Amino acid sequence: MNTQFFAAWIEEIAAAVRAQRDHLTQLDAAIGDADHGANLDRGFTAAQEALAGASPQTPGALLVLVGSTLIRKVGGASGPLYGTAFREMGKAFGEAAEISPAELSTGLNAALSGVQRLGAAAEGDKTMVDALAPAAKALAQAVRDGLKPEEALEAAAAAAEQGARATVPLQARKGRASYLGPRSVGHEDPGAASTALLFGALKAAASR
Amino acid sequence: MKKLINSVDSVVTDALRGIAAAHPSLRVDIENKVVFRADAPRPGKVGLVSGGGSGHEPLHGGFVGYGMLDAACPGEIFTSPVPDQLIEATKGVDGGAGVLHIVKNYTGDVLNFEMAAELSGDEGVEVATVLVNDDVAVQDSLYTAGRRGTGATLFVEKIAGALAETGAPLAEVARVAREVNERSRSFGVALTPCTVPAAGKPTFELGDTEIELGIGIHGEPGRTRAPMREAREIVRTAMDAIDADLPLSGETLVMVNGMGGTPLIELYIVFAEVEAYLREKGATAVRSLVGNYVTSLDMQGFSVTTCSLTGELTRLWDAPVETPALRWGR
Repeated sequence: MNTQFFAAWIEEIAAAVRAQRDHLTQLDAAIGDADHGANLDRGFTAAQEALAGASPQTPGALLVLVGSTLIRKVGGASGPLYGTAFREMGKAFGEAAEISPAELSTGLNAALSGVQRLGAAAEGDKTMVDALAPAAKALAQAVRDGLKPEEALEAAAAAAEQGARATVPLQARKGRASYLGPRSVGHEDPGAASTALLFGALKAAASR
Repeated sequence: MKKLINSVDSVVTDALRGIAAAHPSLRVDIENKVVFRADAPRPGKVGLVSGGGSGHEPLHGGFVGYGMLDAACPGEIFTSPVPDQLIEATKGVDGGAGVLHIVKNYTGDVLNFEMAAELSGDEGVEVATVLVNDDVAVQDSLYTAGRRGTGATLFVEKIAGALAETGAPLAEVARVAREVNERSRSFGVALTPCTVPAAGKPTFELGDTEIELGIGIHGEPGRTRAPMREAREIVRTAMDAIDADLPLSGETLVMVNGMGGTPLIELYIVFAEVEAYLREKGATAVRSLVGNYVTSLDMQGFSVTTCSLTGELTRLWDAPVETPALRWGR
């Protein structure tokens, strides 16, 4: 997976977020403040513009630029959290021009640690971690099992999707939904839903 | 959705253009989205910076001026500002005595202000932070993001702003800001939801005879739903929640705050009941504010905020202030 692959990933994310913008905002309206779709759309549009302007030469540089742009443009909790995730992944990739599934797995673990360090959320708190952690685990397992890259990404996307759906019965313990207490039960977490979109986009980039 | 906007994407910048045009005492950096006092930075004075999502007007831009904030950073509607904005504001108000960040306790606000404080520190600006978390409707526990910052933000900005105006050092201004927060409590009630322009429809549905108890200021539903009742009964529920958390006594500063869509006559009816409740508890409303100060777009409803005063806090509350939304004594 080279720089072009990761640029394609960001394109796929931007398209998916735009298509799902209203859906994400409605999920957020139910247990939050109805801005998640609009914020991510603004952020990934800005990320694409930044990439077009700077043409980074390595996957690592590309992801760090995407992360920094999200921190600068998105606001809310999702800006720093997603921004940190992309920056940590990019930093883990270093100067490498080509990223193996094993390196991607390492990068994803770095992203997860960054998000957890900043947001202090554990699995089961009804946050983006509930999609990100299972995806990181599934990718690590797929690498151990020696699956082909496309199969490994397929497994990660499926785990993220399943993790997001599994937030529905949970009571939120972090973020704005936690203010609702038991009333947050019965709704999918918008951050977990958008994380699942990111992994769906990764799978789509691989099958281009 | 009917709103007086030009487009959903330009709501915040279009409003900033209006603020700039209406208030020559402010300098509005529309590109970076920062509202400054025209005379910032003031040499030797601690700078006060606050900010948060838009949709709560006049909070925070309406409280920029003599005796209150030096700069305010509006984010998108209900979305915290970004670190770049906050750094711009922090550097722009630093007169060499350091800068106090006044942050409402929400995950996003806290993260963005933390990043800005760290980066401003790298550039040589001393920053102290006070977190406002006055909303008794949220349990402060391991199982929530902690209590929300709501109406007490205005009290903190006014009182800390008055102390900063006297030339007090950063540590002192931060101490009084924390003291105001610790002595303040709030509770909010919604009669209707609000409509975020980008969402296009109300954030929740509420029947004609239902109200939401324990709401915040972002159109999120409250802790519980209850049947509509007389103002007296609703106020009792709100005040009981406050009194159970921090028993009401002595000289008290009280704000009855409209959520944006509430007629002033109803807010005065609420205030009369709040005042009667305080007397029943042996407390006295010695200072008061009634009006729309910390709003939630077009929501109908109110919040009540109390602050147990000391001699020092009363003097600082009474000190002159000159901002678009709060002005007296000058």
